Amino acid sequence: MNVAAIDKILLIFFHGLQSYFTLAGRTVVRIFRRPFYYRECAIQFDTLGFSSLFICTLTGLFSGMVMALQSLIQLKPFAATSYVGGMVAVTMIKELGPVLAALMVAGRVGSAITAELGTMVVTEQVDAMRVEGTDIIKRLVVPRLIAMLIALPLLTIVTDVISVFGGYIMASGYSINPLLYISGLPQFMVFQDLIEGVVKPALFGVIIAITACYVGLNTKGGAAGVGAAAKQAVVLSSVLILVADFFMAKIFVVFRG
Amino acid sequence: MTTSDSIRIEKLCYSIGGRRILQDFDFHLERGVNRTILGVSGAGKTTILKLLLGLLEPDSGKVFIGDLCITGLPEAQFIQQRKRIAIVFQGGALFDSMTVGENVGYRLFEEGRLTQAEITKTVLEKLSFVGVEAALNLYPAELSGGMKKRVAIARALAADPDYIFFDEPTTGLDPIGVHNICNLMQRLQAEGKTTLMVTHDLATAFSTSQRFTFLHKARVLFEGSEEEMKASSIPEVCEFLEPTDRSLFYDVQTTHDRQPEQVELL
Repeated sequence: MNVAAIDKILLIFFHGLQSYFTLAGRTVVRIFRRPFYYRECAIQFDTLGFSSLFICTLTGLFSGMVMALQSLIQLKPFAATSYVGGMVAVTMIKELGPVLAALMVAGRVGSAITAELGTMVVTEQVDAMRVEGTDIIKRLVVPRLIAMLIALPLLTIVTDVISVFGGYIMASGYSINPLLYISGLPQFMVFQDLIEGVVKPALFGVIIAITACYVGLNTKGGAAGVGAAAKQAVVLSSVLILVADFFMAKIFVVFRG
Repeated sequence: MTTSDSIRIEKLCYSIGGRRILQDFDFHLERGVNRTILGVSGAGKTTILKLLLGLLEPDSGKVFIGDLCITGLPEAQFIQQRKRIAIVFQGGALFDSMTVGENVGYRLFEEGRLTQAEITKTVLEKLSFVGVEAALNLYPAELSGGMKKRVAIARALAADPDYIFFDEPTTGLDPIGVHNICNLMQRLQAEGKTTLMVTHDLATAFSTSQRFTFLHKARVLFEGSEEEMKASSIPEVCEFLEPTDRSLFYDVQTTHDRQPEQVELL
């Protein structure tokens, strides 16, 4: 690979990065500017958030159950199976709950946002809106960002609660006293863990919405272009979620002191 | 005629992925003179409409709406000037998630100047003008190609623009649909609207326009009236008006002239 090719790749990368953060910045600024599309926000909340409830419930249930199962196997030789509830709760609320819910929503909602916006771009609907005098970011990106910002923390809370319940079912199957399971929960947790479990998904919601909108609004080509864009949005937001999760965890560790 | 009554392009160059689409392009659309831009597919006709509306940014050159040069300006600063213009996109570009009524009244809803009753009245008037008032509550997916175009025209008319751009308005329509669209354009012109159409449909062009611009290989090869065009001795214009067997090689040549990355896309 020659220098010119590397130069071109770097140029495309940094141009993309600049455009991504420009879109994010403009979107945040427009949240506070008129006109406010309340109806559009409510529609997006319903479409993107409420409809993801089932998939998050399933994710929480089975991940909680498998966490409890693995913990029981590990804790049994030490006669510490009563701590299984605390282990499930702390792992799910701090890490797995936010990340798994975000990855599920990125796959389901991120691809849907990109496909919808991408189709609007290739069928010239976005151009038509601009000609009609509409601010595209205000009309298309802001409602999706607000919807994700509210919906993902709520979906994560549901995932967390269901996962703890899933762990409880599994622990009951292994004859763990239900009271021991429940009393183990606060032993492993502090209040900051709950904050961490809500702040993380809010950031993941921003990542999913901005990434999906950015990729969607930059879709090129026809049907194949829309398909490729949807795939790109899911991969990109999933990777960004995992990267952001690490840095958020690091920041929370620093704050914990 | 003052410059505030016109839309114009000066020395404009535009390229995509290294392929030159327009080279030193000059264009002037005066109020009251209906124009058509002709050229083979891929000649850059639609690109001109998008440049005139400020939807694309040129490599160099200037675009004026009235006295205002919109090149390089943020969109928010020329939205008022652009409201004098409406466009009917090739596929209609109706908003999928809205009904026909919501599509037509979209700009009026966005502006928020009129009451719901006034918007409904205007929407019905415009739909009646194009003859699809029965489709008020249907979604675009439930309409035929011709109806979509007529709804798109109604949407363009809703804000009472001075200029209406048509991007291939008759492509894919049956003869009756073509006749209806031509008839609508003539009625709009009679009402004082100035139309600019891009097409390769000669019959539609000659029945609705007074002036013609012929594009070939990123440049304007001809500019004039119907009579002047038919009398032109420019080989590409003659070939376009009356295609011969050489036209088979014309397409191949056009393809070869493009950059390799564009050929792969064809």
